[in-house]
Amino acid sequence: MPHVLTRSLDRSATIFLAVVATIGFLIPLSNLLLPAGSMFQVPTYLVALFGKYVCYAILALSIDLIWGYCGILSLGHGAFFALGGYAMGMYLMRQIGSRGVYGNPVLPDFMVFLNYPELPWYWYGFDMFWFAAVMVLLVPGLLAFCFGWLAFRSRVTGVYLSIITQAMTYALLLAFFRNDFGFGGNNGLTDFKDILGFNVQADGTRAALFLLSCLALIIAFLICRAVVTSKLGKVLIAVRDAESRTRFLGYRVESYKLFVFTLSACMAGVAGALYVPQVGIINPGEFAPGNSIEAVIWVAVGGRGTLIGAALGAVVVNYAKTVFTSGPLAPYWLFMLGALFILVTLLLPKGIMGTFNAWWEPWKAQRISVNAESTALEDGVNVSKPKPAE
Amino acid sequence: MNAMETRTTSALLYLDGVHVSFDGFHAINNLSLTLEPGEMRAIIGPNGAGKTTMMDIITGKTKPDEGEVLFDGVTDLTRLDETRIAELGIGRKFQKPTVFESQTIQDNLLLALNVDHSVRGTLFWRETRDESERIERVLETIRLKDARHKLAGSLSHGQKQWLEIGMLLAQDPKLLLVDEPVAGMTDVETQQTAELLKEINKDKTIMVVEHDMTFVRELGVKVTCLHEGTVLAEGTIDQVSSNERVIEVYLGR
Repeated sequence: MPHVLTRSLDRSATIFLAVVATIGFLIPLSNLLLPAGSMFQVPTYLVALFGKYVCYAILALSIDLIWGYCGILSLGHGAFFALGGYAMGMYLMRQIGSRGVYGNPVLPDFMVFLNYPELPWYWYGFDMFWFAAVMVLLVPGLLAFCFGWLAFRSRVTGVYLSIITQAMTYALLLAFFRNDFGFGGNNGLTDFKDILGFNVQADGTRAALFLLSCLALIIAFLICRAVVTSKLGKVLIAVRDAESRTRFLGYRVESYKLFVFTLSACMAGVAGALYVPQVGIINPGEFAPGNSIEAVIWVAVGGRGTLIGAALGAVVVNYAKTVFTSGPLAPYWLFMLGALFILVTLLLPKGIMGTFNAWWEPWKAQRISVNAESTALEDGVNVSKPKPAE
Repeated sequence: MNAMETRTTSALLYLDGVHVSFDGFHAINNLSLTLEPGEMRAIIGPNGAGKTTMMDIITGKTKPDEGEVLFDGVTDLTRLDETRIAELGIGRKFQKPTVFESQTIQDNLLLALNVDHSVRGTLFWRETRDESERIERVLETIRLKDARHKLAGSLSHGQKQWLEIGMLLAQDPKLLLVDEPVAGMTDVETQQTAELLKEINKDKTIMVVEHDMTFVRELGVKVTCLHEGTVLAEGTIDQVSSNERVIEVYLGR
């Protein structure tokens, strides 16, 4: 068995990482170094917009890891994304300090407005970045662990699991809408000033956040690849394709599901945490069940069980969304999204990446068979592409 | 572990007075059956006789309403789940060949090996010489050596049956439960499968459910005929097939 890195990085993975890294550096550099108005200068609002896409790409990766490889269709992954976002938002709120409208050094504006006598206990510690960063992973991870422990142990699978994940995100939506829940009610958390002492609105900060998002995407991708190319990845695919068979071979299926579901939730949390400073707000709308479903559509469009496809799908669909919703076609966006989903399901059931692979693999296999035997042996393992549909 | 103090039976598998009903339908009715270590037993019986349900009970998929199911004389199987029972050394081949279609034959066998099945163990797994040799031997036995890198889904029906038997071998259980291994096989394949099972039986205990009487005759082992969830007749193939009741409910006149 080769080293974990060589195992994870096949040709397409390497290309993908190179592209992300290049974009991660070029866009901030062009934004900061080139004069405004130059043809190649990326304006700051676009840097923030692209940063948002990169965060969505991380969310899509996390969904693909559980849906594409383990067959767990979570329609509530937006909840983990939003929880990560709220954890970051709480840090950003406490950084405002006495610069808020009411000038209270401890209480965020909405608490003063709602007559909170003091800071609720669950806001303690969020003035420290490291604490917030831990919570970004811990809160979604813990919720996913508890939820998964109950659901997987009771063998809730398929559409039933999808429905309860929807219920979970909807329940959180309702909870976070309440003013007395302590997270700013329907206004959410906003009016951020600083992150780690840097002005969140400044060009430099935006550029750095974009670069960090790309870095997070690279790390998330590497983690996913390391997982799916390990023997554990083979077990996940086995669970997806024949769950009870896997059980009769002596695998504790619920432990595998729990592991990958929790890992995925932590990744979604990180995506949300990077998203919030770039868009400048987090509100309960992020828990809307529709958001989670939309994220699943990105993965389906890009190609389930391909990882790269998931990231690609997130960017492509969101770019289309930006284009359409800013033009005269705005009222019809949801119809188009629906049509896109139906068309992809009918015409490209393997998504963009899956279709590309199906066309590319035979060609590659042919070329390899001409080449040495030893490389064919290696690639025989890589050819084992997961089945895209249940 | 719910191990009793002393073994009450020398049998590897011991079922006594087992009852299961689904919504009032008595699938298994006072079923008692023992399998000695090293034995191969053929189970026959009409559809709905409870053959598959019996396997479900032994492997922990279905819990009996009452009765005793002991493995190796000491382990109460009714208290354990599928994973634990598989770990104890009971392997199962399904009626419909169930292999991991989107993975290669070699990976199917790798997944079946009875090595560390924990999340951590598989995440940091590295191939060992011992494991690859075992896979090699199984590939040899099931005659799929040249197809090792093919996806299991691309195999013919008969080959899938063999691959699943190969997975059982890789799992290296003490007891193999084999449900209709020759369904959909050609005569030659059936013959080969009988030989394969006899070969495996040299060091493992096997329970085979099969409808194909030629195949059962080929195996030449003790036969149990189930009917309406209970044992109707037991003995050699000739004894059982000449039994009046067996002819009436199963073989036909």
